[in-house]
Amino acid sequence: MPDAQLNVFRGLPGEKSRFEAFEVPVEEGMVVLDALHWIQGHAAPDLAVRWNCKAAKCGSCGAEVNGRPSLTCKTRLTDYDLDEPITVEPMRAFPLIKDLVTDVSWNYAVNKTIEPFSPPADVPQADWRWQQRDVERVQEFRKCIECFLCQDVCHVLRNHETDSAFMGPRFLVRAAGLEMHPMDQGNRREYLKDSGGIGYCNITKCCTEVCPEHIKITDNAIIPLKERVADAYYDPLQWAWRKLRGNEGTGARVELPVLRGPRAAAGDPAPSDPAPAAAEGPVARADGPAVCARRPRRSRTSEPKPSPPAVGGEAARPPRRRRDRGTS
Amino acid sequence: MAVSQFETHVHDVLVIGAGGAGLRAAIEARARGASVGLVCKSLLGKAHTVMAEGGVAAALAHVAPNDSWQVHFRDTMVGGKLLNNPRMAQLHAMEAPERVRELELWGAVFDRTRDGRISQRAFGGHSHPRLAHVGDRTGLEMIRTLQDKAVQGDVDVYMECTISHLLTTAGRVTGAFGYWRDSGQPVVFPARAVVLATGGIGRAYEVTSNSWEYSADGHALAYFAGAELIDMEFVQFHPTGMVWPPGVRGLLVTEAVRGEGGILRNKDGERFMWRYLPEDRRAEYAATDEEAQRWVEATSRGGEPSERRPPELSTRDNVSRAIYTEVKDGRGSPHGGVFLDISYLPAEHVRRKLPSMYEQFKELADVDITRGPMEVGPTTHYVMGGVRVDAETGASTVAGLFAVGEVTGGMHGANRLGGNSLSDLLVFGARTGAGAAAYARGQSASPYVDPAQVQRAARELGAPLERPEGEDPYAIQRDLQATMQSLVGIFREESDLARALDRLDDLEGRWSRTKVDGGRVFNPGWNLVFELRNLLAISQAVTMSARQRTESRGAHSRIDFPEQDDANWGGVNSVICRGADGTMMVTRTPLPPMANELRSLLGGTH
Repeated sequence: MPDAQLNVFRGLPGEKSRFEAFEVPVEEGMVVLDALHWIQGHAAPDLAVRWNCKAAKCGSCGAEVNGRPSLTCKTRLTDYDLDEPITVEPMRAFPLIKDLVTDVSWNYAVNKTIEPFSPPADVPQADWRWQQRDVERVQEFRKCIECFLCQDVCHVLRNHETDSAFMGPRFLVRAAGLEMHPMDQGNRREYLKDSGGIGYCNITKCCTEVCPEHIKITDNAIIPLKERVADAYYDPLQWAWRKLRGNEGTGARVELPVLRGPRAAAGDPAPSDPAPAAAEGPVARADGPAVCARRPRRSRTSEPKPSPPAVGGEAARPPRRRRDRGTS
Repeated sequence: MAVSQFETHVHDVLVIGAGGAGLRAAIEARARGASVGLVCKSLLGKAHTVMAEGGVAAALAHVAPNDSWQVHFRDTMVGGKLLNNPRMAQLHAMEAPERVRELELWGAVFDRTRDGRISQRAFGGHSHPRLAHVGDRTGLEMIRTLQDKAVQGDVDVYMECTISHLLTTAGRVTGAFGYWRDSGQPVVFPARAVVLATGGIGRAYEVTSNSWEYSADGHALAYFAGAELIDMEFVQFHPTGMVWPPGVRGLLVTEAVRGEGGILRNKDGERFMWRYLPEDRRAEYAATDEEAQRWVEATSRGGEPSERRPPELSTRDNVSRAIYTEVKDGRGSPHGGVFLDISYLPAEHVRRKLPSMYEQFKELADVDITRGPMEVGPTTHYVMGGVRVDAETGASTVAGLFAVGEVTGGMHGANRLGGNSLSDLLVFGARTGAGAAAYARGQSASPYVDPAQVQRAARELGAPLERPEGEDPYAIQRDLQATMQSLVGIFREESDLARALDRLDDLEGRWSRTKVDGGRVFNPGWNLVFELRNLLAISQAVTMSARQRTESRGAHSRIDFPEQDDANWGGVNSVICRGADGTMMVTRTPLPPMANELRSLLGGTH
């Protein structure tokens, strides 16, 4: 087999970043992470890469391969035209630590703000009976391996389009998993609307496209949550009912941290624009989310129920182009 | 430089390692009022528990009404070739059901039985369907549940921090020293009690299902601090790892494939496990293909079969040796494994019960497991040996030092049953968290940290970056893995083991001269230096223990001593400890005594 050429992002924050080219011998079935390990073992021992399981179960090794947010442990080299270099960059939505490693601690801070599982106090566990079909949706959400690729590709987070907080697709999925748990008594609607910023999602489905666990993030988690929020706050009957019941939420807004992305050093060249390489890649990737991330689509009319524009007043907001990238 | 010049975080209890064991210990210690710090080498939620697939063993008796802790205890002891610490095996079997139910209260969503309760599946060596599971991603469900519980409970989590040294005061452990991966800066954790929950040692081998984190850290930290290690010769080779393509060699193929009915065949299509069933346990297995088939059909319907289980559900040590032997004798598959076939079951059923196996083979090997067989072979998976602990509290033989999970020895004896590690970490996680919190409460003075030790640790940390030239740690790692794989693998003999010790000695010498390029910030080569120190020490412990045990038992198979030798080695643990002169010593010690009521549960077994 021919060697592959990998152009790997190297550098520290504030440093002039660069791409280093490595020629890597290709074995059958080799994935991008294997190539990165080969580079560590033979050419650049200090190349920073996060990884653990190498089996797409831990979600540590996310990076952007030819612009597409991917788990490097399940991205096969032979899916690419090996006559062309393969570009590997860190997840661009998060602050850089070094090379392919970014600071994802923001995600852990957001997770802490979500109301935990709240079972009823008066139902003994022996009576917790539910059928498999009743929990299949919740189990779909709990498949999430927290690779944060959905956060990376989400244009609200990636392009830092808002100075208000947005929890991002990963934590909408977590919230959905709690809200739809058969025994959960929590109510996260006010939180989702006022703190989590669910209205910022304009259902471009980029997150669903990159999810390595194939969770239908938009259709199965976000849209139903938007509906619950809309029902609770914008349906006149429910509105009147809440007034009568006096159940208007706590009014206690939880402050979420706002994601601050990487800051380019003075004189830093724009990060690689992977669009051309992605476009020449395998057909399945041609319409990949790298393109999606930079040109988010509007809500599609074919979707069952578009998010109510009233929620957060943001759903119809036109996406902004990423500022630090050239035109494509 | 005084200690105060280092970043310092003081806790009552410091837990090192944030897999299931560390998380469960941290939750318990916090619930009992201790201030708890939890340090991990990776991000929270990425630890090895996340890769556990098949399930957690607990005698809930949801599928098999006649299951009980007594039967679970017996299965565990029989699987461990009666070398288990009987009290640990008893506590484990008795407390596992409650610990599993507790996870459900904390939000875990297990697969269900038809009557809506937690479902259970069959696994090797278990007499009844016993493993609570979520498809084949049980570990993910557990770690996420525990992680959320710990974070809500105000456990302070220190992510991406490598602990390189334990700190001692007058023979007691009073803290730990480490460094931040993202800055390379040192950090000191004074603590009244330290809990090791660092997992295993798989990275000492070339072919392993373990991640890079499994570098024997806790085993070595305990050993260097003066604690005893037991049973280090018992390294479990899981029978079914992927063998192709090369990049995924060793990746785990869950035992749940066989639990759901997977059949092992050699290249001639022969179902070879029929030939490898141990005679004394033959009666527990189906007599014919037809009986095994009826067992699979009953199991697929979610019931408890009246038939006996298929031969593929023999214990892991036995199935590994069988596969190894088939391949060695020229009856292997094209890529040096054997065939594992589940494709005779309906595709929809396979995809529902084994979703991540389906994905794994489709994405990484271009194999659709609903249409054809997988190729599998043995892979280093688990170490039964580890820190000798008190069954009730998890206390090691050094004051202030506790251990839980894979880093401990005793619970699993000579061979662990599948599903028993997830239950081990829950049961002893809770016990050790409680034990460490109680010990910490009894220590009135705030933990003292010896400045000289901290400074020495800081100097050792910096040394590989400062040497002008020296050995490449990656090259040492490759040579170590080749040595352990070829000389201290599934089958062992005196000449190989002696040669391995010589080679380890050479590698140790090279290690003392390691040189690392690059700076301190997130430098994997630099991190590897400390992991290699641990791997080299513990590889030596494995090899010395293996050399001492001149018999074959459980996962330890000697070509030159092929029989189990109960007269000399029954009820005897190997012990590794550090001699006064700093060299490693291996001795032996009798197993803790077994209470009579436990002995009677073993029935005719002993």
